[in-house]
Amino acid sequence: MARITAGIGTSHVPAIGAAIDLGRTQDPEWKPIFDGYEWVKGWIKDNTPDVIVLCYNDHASAMMLDIVPTFALGFAEEFEPADEGWGKRQVPTVYNHIELAGHIAEQLVIDEFDLTIMNDIDVDHGCTVPLSLVFGQPEEWPCKVIPLIVNVTQFPTPSANRCWQLGEAIRDAVRSFPQDLDVQIWGTGGMSHQLQGPRAGLINPEFDNAFLDRLGNEPDDLRTITRLEFLRESGSEGIELIMWLIMRAALGYNVEELYRFYRVPASNTAVGHIVYKTPE
Amino acid sequence: MRTRLYPLEDLEDIPGTKVFTAKRSRQAYHLHKFCMSLMKAENREAFKKDERAYLDLFRMTEDQKQAVLDRDFYQLIELGGNIYFLVKLSNTDGWSTQRAVSSMTGMTPDQYAAMMREGGRSPTGQRSKRDRN
Ligand SMILES: [Fe+2]
Repeated sequence: MARITAGIGTSHVPAIGAAIDLGRTQDPEWKPIFDGYEWVKGWIKDNTPDVIVLCYNDHASAMMLDIVPTFALGFAEEFEPADEGWGKRQVPTVYNHIELAGHIAEQLVIDEFDLTIMNDIDVDHGCTVPLSLVFGQPEEWPCKVIPLIVNVTQFPTPSANRCWQLGEAIRDAVRSFPQDLDVQIWGTGGMSHQLQGPRAGLINPEFDNAFLDRLGNEPDDLRTITRLEFLRESGSEGIELIMWLIMRAALGYNVEELYRFYRVPASNTAVGHIVYKTPE
Repeated sequence: MRTRLYPLEDLEDIPGTKVFTAKRSRQAYHLHKFCMSLMKAENREAFKKDERAYLDLFRMTEDQKQAVLDRDFYQLIELGGNIYFLVKLSNTDGWSTQRAVSSMTGMTPDQYAAMMREGGRSPTGQRSKRDRN
Protein backbone atom coordinates (compact mmCIF):
# COMPACT_ATOMS: atom_id res chain seq x y z
CA MET A 1 0.00 0.00 0.00
CA ALA A 2 1.05 3.58 -0.51
CA ARG A 3 1.86 5.54 2.64
CA ILE A 4 2.66 9.12 3.56
CA THR A 5 6.02 9.08 5.30
CA ALA A 6 6.86 12.75 5.76
CA GLY A 7 5.62 16.28 5.33
CA ILE A 8 7.47 19.46 4.49
CA GLY A 9 6.26 23.02 4.98
CA THR A 10 8.08 25.81 3.20
CA SER A 11 7.65 29.32 1.87
CA HIS A 12 7.84 29.61 -1.93
CA VAL A 13 9.00 33.21 -2.43
CA PRO A 14 9.71 33.86 -6.15
CA ALA A 15 12.83 35.95 -5.35
CA ILE A 16 14.33 32.81 -3.76
CA GLY A 17 13.97 31.07 -7.12
CA ALA A 18 15.59 34.05 -8.85
CA ALA A 19 18.49 34.00 -6.35
CA ILE A 20 19.08 30.30 -7.12
CA ASP A 21 18.78 30.76 -10.88
CA LEU A 22 21.14 33.76 -10.88
CA GLY A 23 23.73 32.02 -8.67
CA ARG A 24 23.30 34.46 -5.80
CA THR A 25 22.67 32.02 -2.96
CA GLN A 26 25.93 32.99 -1.23
CA ASP A 27 25.30 36.74 -1.39
CA PRO A 28 25.08 38.24 2.12
CA GLU A 29 21.37 39.01 1.59
CA TRP A 30 20.52 35.42 0.64
CA LYS A 31 23.02 33.19 2.42
CA PRO A 32 21.14 33.05 5.76
CA ILE A 33 18.01 31.85 3.94
CA PHE A 34 19.79 29.11 2.00
CA ASP A 35 21.73 28.04 5.09
CA GLY A 36 18.32 27.28 6.61
CA TYR A 37 17.68 24.71 3.88
CA GLU A 38 21.00 22.86 4.13
CA TRP A 39 19.53 20.39 6.61
CA VAL A 40 16.64 19.32 4.39
CA LYS A 41 18.92 19.03 1.36
CA GLY A 42 20.98 16.47 3.27
CA TRP A 43 17.98 14.67 4.74
CA ILE A 44 16.13 14.32 1.42
CA LYS A 45 19.07 12.39 -0.10
CA ASP A 46 18.21 9.40 2.11
CA ASN A 47 14.51 10.13 2.16
CA THR A 48 13.57 10.80 -1.45
CA PRO A 49 9.97 9.68 -1.88
CA ASP A 50 8.45 8.09 -4.96
CA VAL A 51 5.85 10.84 -5.18
CA ILE A 52 5.26 14.27 -3.66
CA VAL A 53 1.75 15.70 -3.34
CA LEU A 54 2.73 19.36 -3.58
CA CYS A 55 0.15 21.86 -2.31
CA TYR A 56 0.64 25.35 -3.70
CA ASN A 57 -1.35 28.22 -5.12
CA ASP A 58 -1.24 29.35 -8.70
CA HIS A 59 -0.19 33.03 -8.81
CA ALA A 60 -2.29 33.99 -11.81
CA SER A 61 -0.02 31.92 -14.06
CA ALA A 62 -2.28 29.10 -15.26
CA MET A 63 -5.62 30.01 -13.71
CA MET A 64 -7.31 32.77 -11.65
CA LEU A 65 -8.32 34.79 -14.73
CA ASP A 66 -10.92 32.70 -16.55
CA ILE A 67 -11.19 29.84 -14.09
CA VAL A 68 -10.93 30.11 -10.31
CA PRO A 69 -10.98 26.62 -8.81
CA THR A 70 -11.00 26.34 -5.04
CA PHE A 71 -9.12 23.04 -5.14
CA ALA A 72 -7.52 21.76 -8.34
CA LEU A 73 -5.40 18.73 -9.15
CA GLY A 74 -2.81 18.70 -11.94
CA PHE A 75 -3.57 15.75 -14.19
CA ALA A 76 -1.20 16.04 -17.14
CA GLU A 77 1.75 13.69 -17.67
CA GLU A 78 4.11 16.62 -17.26
CA PHE A 79 4.15 20.29 -16.34
CA GLU A 80 6.51 22.91 -17.74
CA PRO A 81 7.67 25.87 -15.63
CA ALA A 82 5.52 28.93 -16.32
CA ASP A 83 6.84 32.14 -17.90
CA GLU A 84 5.83 34.66 -15.24
CA GLY A 85 6.94 37.66 -17.25
CA TRP A 86 10.73 37.25 -17.33
CA GLY A 87 11.10 33.91 -19.13
CA LYS A 88 10.67 30.39 -17.81
CA ARG A 89 12.82 29.30 -14.87
CA GLN A 90 15.56 27.01 -16.14
CA VAL A 91 14.44 24.10 -13.99
CA PRO A 92 13.45 20.54 -14.93
CA THR A 93 10.01 19.58 -16.18
CA VAL A 94 7.75 18.30 -13.39
CA TYR A 95 6.49 14.76 -14.04
CA ASN A 96 3.23 13.52 -12.56
CA HIS A 97 2.34 10.11 -11.15
CA ILE A 98 -0.82 9.63 -13.19
CA GLU A 99 -2.07 6.46 -11.48
CA LEU A 100 -1.87 7.92 -7.98
CA ALA A 101 -3.15 11.32 -9.14
CA GLY A 102 -6.14 9.63 -10.79
CA HIS A 103 -6.84 7.59 -7.68
CA ILE A 104 -6.65 10.69 -5.44
CA ALA A 105 -8.88 12.66 -7.83
CA GLU A 106 -11.56 9.95 -7.80
CA GLN A 107 -11.33 9.31 -4.09
CA LEU A 108 -11.56 13.00 -3.17
CA VAL A 109 -14.75 13.45 -5.18
CA ILE A 110 -16.21 10.33 -3.59
CA ASP A 111 -15.23 11.95 -0.28
CA GLU A 112 -17.35 14.96 -1.31
CA PHE A 113 -14.55 17.33 -2.30
CA ASP A 114 -15.64 18.92 -5.58
CA LEU A 115 -12.24 18.95 -7.15
CA THR A 116 -11.29 20.60 -10.46
CA ILE A 117 -9.07 18.54 -12.76
CA MET A 118 -6.44 20.53 -14.68
CA ASN A 119 -5.39 18.64 -17.80
CA ASP A 120 -2.99 21.27 -19.13
CA ILE A 121 -1.17 23.74 -16.88
CA ASP A 122 2.27 25.22 -16.44
CA VAL A 123 3.53 25.30 -12.86
CA ASP A 124 4.75 28.59 -11.41
CA HIS A 125 7.16 29.50 -8.60
CA GLY A 126 4.69 28.15 -6.03
CA CYS A 127 5.59 24.66 -7.23
CA THR A 128 9.14 25.03 -8.55
CA VAL A 129 10.73 27.10 -5.76
CA PRO A 130 10.05 24.48 -3.05
CA LEU A 131 11.50 21.79 -5.37
CA SER A 132 14.62 23.94 -5.89
CA LEU A 133 14.98 24.64 -2.16
CA VAL A 134 14.85 20.97 -1.23
CA PHE A 135 16.51 19.28 -4.23
CA GLY A 136 18.89 22.01 -5.40
CA GLN A 137 19.65 22.14 -9.11
CA PRO A 138 19.49 18.59 -10.49
CA GLU A 139 19.13 17.67 -14.19
CA GLU A 140 15.80 16.04 -13.39
CA TRP A 141 13.62 16.17 -10.28
CA PRO A 142 14.29 12.89 -8.45
CA CYS A 143 10.64 11.93 -7.99
CA LYS A 144 7.14 12.36 -9.35
CA VAL A 145 5.05 15.36 -8.27
CA ILE A 146 1.27 15.69 -8.06
CA PRO A 147 0.33 19.39 -8.01
CA LEU A 148 -2.57 20.20 -5.68
CA ILE A 149 -3.53 23.81 -6.29
CA VAL A 150 -5.52 25.92 -3.85
CA ASN A 151 -7.21 29.28 -4.34
CA VAL A 152 -5.71 31.58 -1.73
CA THR A 153 -6.10 34.74 -3.84
CA GLN A 154 -9.75 35.41 -4.58
CA PHE A 155 -12.07 35.77 -1.64
CA PRO A 156 -13.51 33.68 -0.16
CA THR A 157 -10.63 31.24 -0.01
CA PRO A 158 -11.37 27.81 1.46
CA SER A 159 -11.46 27.89 5.25
CA ALA A 160 -8.62 26.60 7.38
CA ASN A 161 -10.86 23.78 8.54
CA ARG A 162 -11.80 22.81 4.98
CA CYS A 163 -8.11 22.61 4.11
CA TRP A 164 -7.60 20.40 7.15
CA GLN A 165 -10.41 18.10 6.02
CA LEU A 166 -8.93 17.95 2.52
CA GLY A 167 -5.62 16.87 4.02
CA GLU A 168 -7.36 14.08 5.93
CA ALA A 169 -9.08 12.95 2.73
CA ILE A 170 -5.76 12.94 0.85
CA ARG A 171 -4.30 10.78 3.60
CA ASP A 172 -7.17 8.29 3.25
CA ALA A 173 -6.85 8.33 -0.54
CA VAL A 174 -3.11 7.64 -0.49
CA ARG A 175 -3.48 4.86 2.07
CA SER A 176 -6.06 3.11 -0.08
CA PHE A 177 -3.85 3.09 -3.18
CA PRO A 178 -2.79 -0.53 -3.74
CA GLN A 179 0.72 0.10 -5.10
CA ASP A 180 3.61 0.23 -2.64
CA LEU A 181 4.67 3.89 -2.79
CA ASP A 182 6.56 6.22 -0.46
CA VAL A 183 4.64 9.52 -0.61
CA GLN A 184 5.45 12.89 0.91
CA ILE A 185 3.11 15.83 1.17
CA TRP A 186 4.39 19.38 1.01
CA GLY A 187 2.49 22.49 2.08
CA THR A 188 3.91 25.70 0.67
CA GLY A 189 3.49 29.47 0.83
CA GLY A 190 3.53 32.01 3.65
CA MET A 191 4.52 32.84 6.19
CA SER A 192 3.27 36.34 7.08
CA HIS A 193 3.49 38.81 4.21
CA GLN A 194 1.46 41.45 2.42
CA LEU A 195 2.18 42.49 -1.17
CA GLN A 196 -0.30 45.31 -1.65
CA GLY A 197 -1.14 48.81 -0.55
CA PRO A 198 0.26 51.00 2.23
CA ARG A 199 0.33 48.04 4.63
CA ALA A 200 2.73 46.09 2.38
CA GLY A 201 5.74 44.65 4.13
CA LEU A 202 3.74 43.47 7.14
CA ILE A 203 5.52 40.71 9.06
CA ASN A 204 4.18 39.07 12.23
CA PRO A 205 6.78 36.82 13.87
CA GLU A 206 4.56 36.17 16.91
CA PHE A 207 1.76 34.83 14.73
CA ASP A 208 4.15 32.81 12.56
CA ASN A 209 5.97 31.23 15.47
CA ALA A 210 2.73 30.40 17.29
CA PHE A 211 1.58 28.73 14.07
CA LEU A 212 4.78 26.67 13.87
CA ASP A 213 4.58 25.81 17.59
CA ARG A 214 1.05 24.48 17.34
CA LEU A 215 1.25 22.84 13.94
CA GLY A 216 2.92 19.69 15.26
CA ASN A 217 0.93 18.72 18.33
CA GLU A 218 -1.94 21.18 18.72
CA PRO A 219 -3.02 21.62 15.11
CA ASP A 220 -6.71 21.65 16.01
CA ASP A 221 -6.19 25.17 17.38
CA LEU A 222 -5.23 26.31 13.88
CA ARG A 223 -8.37 24.96 12.19
CA THR A 224 -10.49 27.72 13.68
CA ILE A 225 -8.39 30.66 12.47
CA THR A 226 -10.79 32.69 10.32
CA ARG A 227 -9.93 34.20 6.97
CA LEU A 228 -10.27 37.62 8.58
CA GLU A 229 -7.81 36.72 11.31
CA PHE A 230 -5.26 35.51 8.73
CA LEU A 231 -5.63 38.80 6.86
CA ARG A 232 -5.34 40.92 9.98
CA GLU A 233 -2.49 38.99 11.60
CA SER A 234 -0.45 37.55 8.74
CA GLY A 235 -1.13 39.99 5.90
CA SER A 236 -3.23 39.63 2.78
CA GLU A 237 -0.87 37.04 1.31
CA GLY A 238 -0.10 35.28 4.61
CA ILE A 239 -3.35 33.36 4.18
CA GLU A 240 -1.28 30.99 2.01
CA LEU A 241 -0.59 29.25 5.32
CA ILE A 242 -3.88 27.36 4.96
CA MET A 243 -1.98 25.09 2.58
CA TRP A 244 0.30 24.02 5.43
CA LEU A 245 -2.81 22.67 7.15
CA ILE A 246 -3.52 20.36 4.20
CA MET A 247 0.00 19.00 4.61
CA ARG A 248 -0.27 18.65 8.36
CA ALA A 249 -3.68 16.93 8.30
CA ALA A 250 -2.44 14.41 5.74
CA LEU A 251 0.20 13.22 8.23
CA GLY A 252 -2.22 12.16 10.98
CA TYR A 253 -1.49 12.66 14.67
CA ASN A 254 1.78 11.94 16.50
CA VAL A 255 4.19 13.43 14.04
CA GLU A 256 7.83 13.95 14.89
CA GLU A 257 9.26 17.38 14.09
CA LEU A 258 12.67 16.80 12.53
CA TYR A 259 13.64 20.36 11.66
CA ARG A 260 12.41 23.93 11.80
CA PHE A 261 13.65 27.22 10.37
CA TYR A 262 12.28 30.76 10.50
CA ARG A 263 13.84 33.91 9.13
CA VAL A 264 12.81 37.45 8.13
CA PRO A 265 12.91 38.53 5.36
CA ALA A 266 13.18 37.07 1.91
CA SER A 267 12.16 39.97 -0.29
CA ASN A 268 8.75 40.91 1.24
CA THR A 269 8.14 37.70 3.15
CA ALA A 270 8.80 35.82 6.38
CA VAL A 271 10.36 32.48 5.47
CA GLY A 272 9.20 29.40 7.37
CA HIS A 273 10.28 25.82 6.89
CA ILE A 274 9.43 22.66 8.83
CA VAL A 275 9.94 18.92 8.33
CA TYR A 276 7.78 16.21 9.93
CA LYS A 277 8.07 12.47 9.93
CA THR A 278 5.05 10.23 10.43
CA PRO A 279 5.17 7.30 12.89
CA GLU A 280 6.17 3.99 11.25
CA MET B 1 -26.65 27.54 5.71
CA ARG B 2 -23.64 28.37 7.85
CA THR B 3 -23.59 31.63 9.68
CA ARG B 4 -20.76 34.00 8.98
CA LEU B 5 -18.27 34.33 11.79
CA TYR B 6 -17.96 38.09 11.23
CA PRO B 7 -19.81 40.71 9.19
CA LEU B 8 -18.48 41.03 5.64
CA GLU B 9 -17.85 44.75 6.18
CA ASP B 10 -15.06 43.74 8.55
CA LEU B 11 -13.02 42.87 5.46
CA GLU B 12 -12.94 46.61 4.76
CA ASP B 13 -11.71 47.30 8.28
CA ILE B 14 -8.08 46.30 7.69
CA PRO B 15 -5.90 49.39 7.19
CA GLY B 16 -4.26 49.80 3.78
CA THR B 17 -5.71 46.59 2.39
CA LYS B 18 -8.10 45.73 -0.46
CA VAL B 19 -9.50 42.24 -0.17
CA PHE B 20 -9.59 40.69 -3.65
CA THR B 21 -13.19 39.58 -4.10
CA ALA B 22 -15.07 38.16 -7.08
CA LYS B 23 -16.44 41.66 -7.72
CA ARG B 24 -12.94 43.18 -7.83
CA SER B 25 -11.79 40.33 -10.01
CA ARG B 26 -14.53 41.21 -12.49
CA GLN B 27 -13.70 44.91 -12.31
CA ALA B 28 -10.10 44.11 -13.25
CA TYR B 29 -10.80 41.25 -15.68
CA HIS B 30 -9.48 43.01 -18.80
CA LEU B 31 -6.59 44.59 -16.90
CA HIS B 32 -5.67 41.12 -15.72
CA LYS B 33 -6.07 39.69 -19.21
CA PHE B 34 -3.49 42.26 -20.32
CA CYS B 35 -1.18 41.29 -17.44
CA MET B 36 -1.38 37.59 -18.25
CA SER B 37 -0.72 38.32 -21.93
CA LEU B 38 2.77 39.42 -20.80
CA MET B 39 3.60 35.79 -20.06
CA LYS B 40 4.54 35.48 -23.75
CA ALA B 41 7.84 36.99 -24.95
CA GLU B 42 6.36 38.24 -28.24
CA ASN B 43 3.62 40.10 -26.35
CA ARG B 44 6.17 41.68 -24.02
CA GLU B 45 8.02 42.91 -27.08
CA ALA B 46 4.86 44.31 -28.67
CA PHE B 47 3.98 46.07 -25.41
CA LYS B 48 7.45 47.59 -25.02
CA LYS B 49 7.43 48.79 -28.63
CA ASP B 50 4.21 50.79 -28.29
CA GLU B 51 2.62 50.58 -24.86
CA ARG B 52 -0.44 52.64 -25.70
CA ALA B 53 -1.24 50.73 -28.88
CA TYR B 54 -0.82 47.42 -27.09
CA LEU B 55 -3.08 48.48 -24.22
CA ASP B 56 -5.73 49.54 -26.72
CA LEU B 57 -6.08 45.89 -27.71
CA PHE B 58 -7.75 45.30 -24.34
CA ARG B 59 -11.14 46.41 -23.04
CA MET B 60 -9.65 48.07 -19.97
CA THR B 61 -10.93 51.35 -18.60
CA GLU B 62 -8.99 54.49 -19.45
CA ASP B 63 -8.05 54.80 -15.74
CA GLN B 64 -6.58 51.33 -15.78
CA LYS B 65 -4.63 52.02 -18.99
CA GLN B 66 -3.25 55.25 -17.56
CA ALA B 67 -2.23 53.54 -14.32
CA VAL B 68 -0.38 50.90 -16.35
CA LEU B 69 1.42 53.58 -18.36
CA ASP B 70 2.31 55.34 -15.09
CA ARG B 71 3.31 52.06 -13.40
CA ASP B 72 1.07 53.25 -10.59
CA PHE B 73 0.63 49.99 -8.69
CA TYR B 74 -1.22 51.66 -5.83
CA GLN B 75 -3.83 52.88 -8.30
CA LEU B 76 -3.97 49.53 -10.10
CA ILE B 77 -4.90 47.86 -6.81
CA GLU B 78 -7.52 50.59 -6.22
CA LEU B 79 -8.98 49.79 -9.66
CA GLY B 80 -9.53 46.14 -8.79
CA GLY B 81 -6.11 44.72 -9.56
CA ASN B 82 -4.41 41.91 -7.69
CA ILE B 83 -0.67 41.76 -7.17
CA TYR B 84 -0.24 38.25 -8.59
CA PHE B 85 -1.46 39.54 -11.96
CA LEU B 86 0.30 42.90 -11.66
CA VAL B 87 3.78 41.42 -11.13
CA LYS B 88 3.64 40.18 -14.74
CA LEU B 89 3.94 43.88 -15.61
CA SER B 90 6.74 44.65 -13.14
CA ASN B 91 8.56 41.46 -14.20
CA THR B 92 8.31 42.63 -17.82
CA ASP B 93 9.98 45.86 -16.72
CA GLY B 94 12.70 43.84 -14.98
CA TRP B 95 11.64 45.16 -11.58
CA SER B 96 11.96 42.99 -8.50
CA THR B 97 8.69 42.18 -6.77
CA GLN B 98 10.02 44.12 -3.80
CA ARG B 99 10.38 47.25 -5.89
CA ALA B 100 6.83 46.93 -7.29
CA VAL B 101 5.41 46.31 -3.83
CA SER B 102 7.40 49.09 -2.18
CA SER B 103 6.02 51.59 -4.71
CA MET B 104 2.57 51.25 -3.09
CA THR B 105 3.76 52.28 0.36
CA GLY B 106 4.93 55.84 -0.15
CA MET B 107 8.46 54.76 0.75
CA THR B 108 11.43 54.74 -1.58
CA PRO B 109 12.68 51.27 -2.63
CA ASP B 110 15.72 51.78 -0.36
CA GLN B 111 13.63 52.80 2.64
CA TYR B 112 11.33 49.85 2.11
CA ALA B 113 14.23 47.41 1.71
CA ALA B 114 15.73 48.75 4.94
CA MET B 115 12.41 48.26 6.73
CA MET B 116 12.25 44.65 5.54
CA ARG B 117 15.84 43.96 6.62
CA GLU B 118 14.95 45.27 10.06
CA GLY B 119 12.08 42.80 10.37
CA GLY B 120 9.31 44.29 8.27
CA ARG B 121 6.26 46.33 9.15
CA SER B 122 4.89 45.58 12.62
CA PRO B 123 1.23 44.53 12.75
CA THR B 124 0.76 46.80 15.77
CA GLY B 125 -1.79 49.47 14.86
CA GLN B 126 -2.32 47.78 11.47
CA ARG B 127 -4.96 45.21 12.37
CA SER B 128 -8.18 47.22 12.48
CA LYS B 129 -9.20 50.74 11.56
CA ARG B 130 -12.03 50.57 14.10
CA ASP B 131 -10.05 49.21 17.02
CA ARG B 132 -6.85 51.01 16.07
CA ASN B 133 -4.78 48.05 17.18
FE1 LIG C 1 2.67 32.42 -3.00
